[in-house]
Amino acid sequence: FYLTPSQVNSILKANEYSFKVPEFDGKNVSSVLGFDSNQLPANAPIEDRRSAATCLQTRGMLLGVFDGHAGCACAQAVSERLFYYIAVSLLPHETLLEIENAVESGRALLPILQWHKHPNDYFSKEASKLYFNSLRTYWQELIDLNSGETTDVREALINAFKRLDNDISLEAQVGDPNSFLNYLVLQVAFSGATACVAHVDGVDLHIANTGDSRAMLGVQEEDGSWSAVTLSYDHNAQNEHEVERVKMEHPKSEEKSLVKQDRLLGLLMPFRAFGDVKFKWSIELQKRVIESGPDQLNDNEYTKFIPPNYHTPPYLTAEPEVIYHKLRPQDKFLILATDGLWETMHRQDVVRIVGEYLTGVHHQQPIAVGGYKVTLGQMHGLLTERRARISSVFEDQNAATHLIRHAVGNNEFGTVDHERLSKMLSLPEELARMYRDDITIIVVQFNSHVIGACQNEE
Amino acid sequence: AAGMFLRLLSDIQWRAANPKWRRMTSSRRSTSTTAEPHPVSLPAQAQVVICGGGIIGTSVAYHLSKMGWKDIVLIEQGRLAAGTTRFCAGIVSTARPVSIELKMAHYSNQLYQQLEQETGVQTGYMKTGSISLAQTQDRLISLKRIAASLNVMGIPCEIITPKQAVQLHPLINIHDLVGAMYVPEDALVSSANVSLALATAASRNGVQIHERTSVSHVTVQKGRVTGVETDRGRIQCQYFVNCAGQWAYELGHSGEEAVHIPLHACEHFYILTHPLKEPLASSLPTVVDPDGRIYIRNWQGGILSGGFEKNPKPLFTEGRNQLEIQNLQEDWDHYGPLLSSLLRRMPGLEALQIMQLVNCPESFTPDMRCIMGESPTTRGYFVLAGMNSAGVSYGGGAGKYLAEWIVNGYPSENVWPLDLKRFGTLQSSRTFLRHRVMEVMPLMCDLKVPRWDFQTGRQLRTSPLYDRLDAQGARWMEKHGFERVKYFVPPGSDLLDLDHSKTFYKPDWFDIVGAEVKCCKEAVCVIDMSSFTKFEISSTGDEALESLQYLFSNDLDVPVGHVVHTGMLNEKGGYENDCSIARLSKRSFFMISPTDQQVHCWAWLKNRLPDDSNLTMEDVTWKYTALNLIGPRAVDVLSELSYAPMTAEHFPSLFCKEMSVGYANGIRVMSITHTGEPGFVLYIPIEYALHVYNEVMNMGQKYGIRNAGYYALRSLRIEKFFAFWGQDLDAFTTPMECGREFQVKLEKGMEFVGQEALLEQKQNGVYKRFTMFILEDHDTDMDVWPWWGEPIFRNGRYVGKTTSSAYSYTLERHVCLGFVHNFDEKTGEELVVTTDFINQGEYEIDIAGQRFQAKAKLYPFSSLFTQRRRKDEVELSGYQGE
Repeated sequence: FYLTPSQVNSILKANEYSFKVPEFDGKNVSSVLGFDSNQLPANAPIEDRRSAATCLQTRGMLLGVFDGHAGCACAQAVSERLFYYIAVSLLPHETLLEIENAVESGRALLPILQWHKHPNDYFSKEASKLYFNSLRTYWQELIDLNSGETTDVREALINAFKRLDNDISLEAQVGDPNSFLNYLVLQVAFSGATACVAHVDGVDLHIANTGDSRAMLGVQEEDGSWSAVTLSYDHNAQNEHEVERVKMEHPKSEEKSLVKQDRLLGLLMPFRAFGDVKFKWSIELQKRVIESGPDQLNDNEYTKFIPPNYHTPPYLTAEPEVIYHKLRPQDKFLILATDGLWETMHRQDVVRIVGEYLTGVHHQQPIAVGGYKVTLGQMHGLLTERRARISSVFEDQNAATHLIRHAVGNNEFGTVDHERLSKMLSLPEELARMYRDDITIIVVQFNSHVIGACQNEE
Repeated sequence: AAGMFLRLLSDIQWRAANPKWRRMTSSRRSTSTTAEPHPVSLPAQAQVVICGGGIIGTSVAYHLSKMGWKDIVLIEQGRLAAGTTRFCAGIVSTARPVSIELKMAHYSNQLYQQLEQETGVQTGYMKTGSISLAQTQDRLISLKRIAASLNVMGIPCEIITPKQAVQLHPLINIHDLVGAMYVPEDALVSSANVSLALATAASRNGVQIHERTSVSHVTVQKGRVTGVETDRGRIQCQYFVNCAGQWAYELGHSGEEAVHIPLHACEHFYILTHPLKEPLASSLPTVVDPDGRIYIRNWQGGILSGGFEKNPKPLFTEGRNQLEIQNLQEDWDHYGPLLSSLLRRMPGLEALQIMQLVNCPESFTPDMRCIMGESPTTRGYFVLAGMNSAGVSYGGGAGKYLAEWIVNGYPSENVWPLDLKRFGTLQSSRTFLRHRVMEVMPLMCDLKVPRWDFQTGRQLRTSPLYDRLDAQGARWMEKHGFERVKYFVPPGSDLLDLDHSKTFYKPDWFDIVGAEVKCCKEAVCVIDMSSFTKFEISSTGDEALESLQYLFSNDLDVPVGHVVHTGMLNEKGGYENDCSIARLSKRSFFMISPTDQQVHCWAWLKNRLPDDSNLTMEDVTWKYTALNLIGPRAVDVLSELSYAPMTAEHFPSLFCKEMSVGYANGIRVMSITHTGEPGFVLYIPIEYALHVYNEVMNMGQKYGIRNAGYYALRSLRIEKFFAFWGQDLDAFTTPMECGREFQVKLEKGMEFVGQEALLEQKQNGVYKRFTMFILEDHDTDMDVWPWWGEPIFRNGRYVGKTTSSAYSYTLERHVCLGFVHNFDEKTGEELVVTTDFINQGEYEIDIAGQRFQAKAKLYPFSSLFTQRRRKDEVELSGYQGE
């Protein structure tokens, strides 16, 4: 049994979303043309999340992918909250004051973010009050701190990440009288999430990354070919610096038990993450919170389980590494994606496929017969196969969908194979996770004209 | 600057960028005896300078020198036969739908056949024959039409079954074929060697050939060619011939006075293979599979196969471009569909090993026909280019006609379909050409059906009423860039979409046009005829009258307000133009000619009118919108709108008057309709066009007025035996041959162009006669419709071809117009055609291989219509009596 091509398409396109930055007076003045995003679940429910929003009180656009583990609660909370923390961190003192005064006097708040959401991307209604109070406490502290300095994006990003993780941790320790909320904040804290966030403002691109999702820049060389520039470091066992960092933060006696089987304490793949209080709190704190917590929490073997060799917490941080990149006209697009994509495809192929898709030029290496012995029949077969490859491009209106089609359906020749695609998409829920991970992709397209103009002004 | 540009990109770089090109033909160099080593200095002057050393340029040189002209210089920027000529497939195919092209190809074939003997240069000539395959019945019809043309020219040709085809060429897969056409005398040549042979012969006759010499531009004085500037100096000359192939457009634009040569290059691909295990015989026929868009010929034991894809790649739009030249590489993905087609036709070739995919640019023209003739603006500047990938087939014949044209002033055949002057500056836009050739190239293989219109390059010239007419359901055709209405689709009626309306049979608009014709006959119709060419010629004294009396065959010294139908004849009495001229005043004339005469007629008159500042000629085509009111009630509409009596007593036929129509004054009204029906043409200054149209339509309501199109006009004029220039009349037809002696002032003792020839014909009789045929046993619903070019048989013997045809809604029969000759039964010599000869024959017309009985008539049929009406009345009364 095979899925028909249209069934395949309806699965692949179920979560696709596109946003085009509106034009003013026939001109797009933003350095971002727009973005395509999509996600394909392997877990049920999916543990990946994505967010995109335009900052309304400062300039710039925020985009992020979040890969949850041990449930989706933490990824969900981070996807709802992180951009508010970042936006607030970026706000000048006067705007913060204005907002606080509005809240104080019950006036309408200035909108801070304009979200670009797929209908399937939801926000938790129940927790919004709780989340808002935490956020308000944060900006009140920022107002009190009033450094008077202009906000540095790098610092704002780092502060926002750390503050949110801190709030997640605190909310779980304090608990909530509402039992539903009480359970929710504990779920958020005990599950975990990585985050890879881009902030684009004109030619200034900041990537803040925590964990093993990845940001990749698609650069078009002068000869039209595509090359990939990585704009984030994976925080996992493959990253020597990261292993080094973890080892530095703990006594030498733990050196051997810190990283086992490429996992933190032999358990966790990402070396940085939101939530995951089991890797952050002291054993006493964990036990106290679990014991006083709801029964569901006590019944969960995972939460009760204390990692082995757990001597000098915290072992885990949500502090991001921030990379700055000044956009150039040859930087055509940025891909943010969870590890589900990067595990299946090489970054060079990812950038080439998206580049060819976006430019509509399918720079297949032209065939030259040269001195080879090729028969008419062989050539015919080869050309037929190449045509099929090109036609698959036109099925997709969304670069992220197109990339997922390749990630899931590519055969050994780098061609989308319908049979394979159909098999992969019709796996039963319990098997799907064994063959593939959740995949979440955002492809941001840059406006080379605006970027070129900015460059010339300088 | 242009010269510098051309020089920089000379041939050396061409071949450096394409090393493969050299490999293919490396042995050729040694056979070239004509290439003179540098630096033989250029002569300071010559009678003729030919630019271009391909098959076309060498053919022109060959034929000029054969005709006795010796003072000729041929200039080639690279090496002889190095451009498209070197890389073309070398197929000489006579199966061409246009009669003049067929004649050129036939002559080329005969020429090439004896060329090796004549020159000693091996041409690789091999008579292989060709098989054209039909995958559909419609394709078979088109092949049958071509077969009929070939047969009457004495070129062997037969329609064969798929089984016979596979006997001729064992590799053909015939499962999807319905038939084929076999032309046994088609041939293969090495085109480069043919070109070298022609050059060798020309050189022996005294033609000087200079390779590696680039023309930068042509110098002109007082509208005449004076010389050529090259990178190696200047040559003074009287005649310049532009045979620069795909560079002809640029070369035409390089001089101070541009010569517009509308052509554009497209990439063209073909594949070469290694030999088969059992090498293919060099005598194996060439296979053309137009439905598969490919041709396949044997090549050195393997095959050569190319085609005309649906999505051509135009190039050099912005002129010669080094980058594009370098990128002229094998594009296998582009060739893919043609390869599929090849393997479908010859599946046995799967295991055949590829040698090379060749990318060889070809130049194409806006109407798929080549470009030949003299520039309308620069005398002595001749052009032969734009071969639409058939340079080898046409090269010999085209070179011959052009040489005759230069030497004698006219070619020996009617080449109007190829004349440069059928185009004007309006077809010279690069955007237009780029878009149009992308349509033209696939058409090489598309089915050519009657009444086909180009889809690209449209809506260029339009009447001010265009939007109004379009909103009322107008369907459009294009002539010389001008949009003209074919017919009006009534609201609510569904016509087939374009692809499905392509047919050789009864078209879907049959009843629509029938209704328009009926309205023309019984009430009144409006046809927008603004596209017609309009000139005003006037003078301060009698110069206009005197000049026109000499240039036109009918007497123009008529009272002011009269309209005269007259021919504009050449020295042989043939029609260069057929027009209506109104005498506006003593000293000014208003001349109406067919749409496509705009360039030709202008050039003809400019070159012949005296250079007199008192005499002015102006092209006023664009100034007037022309509305043709056809029908018995046109009188009523117009008199109500003008408060002037329009009846025959006050406004006789062939009369012209300026009057008011509605609020608009100064409308030129002429009592002609170009159909033989009663009515008027209104020449309206364009700003009044909408007003007058609205007034006419409003007033016409009560008389049953409606819009009509050219198809209705065509049906009306053909059933009335009206000949149209460009279709029925050409430079080889005289008034005497089409029953128009009454339009010639032979008796008036005035001298005019063509007079002697006409007097001689009057004395000795004519050798062909324009005749009208009514098809007797043709079933309009079931049979293939006549078009034009169908052979006419008299008593079973071929006597001529039709020139136009239409369904007559009045006669309820098809009417064909055409010329009847009288070929001597034994010698084939042309004999005098008498009225008795016409009247005493039994006629048949061959439509796609099927012969239909036809009744011949020599005079218009007004009597026939009245007879018919009377007969109807008799029948009616008889019926009532029963």
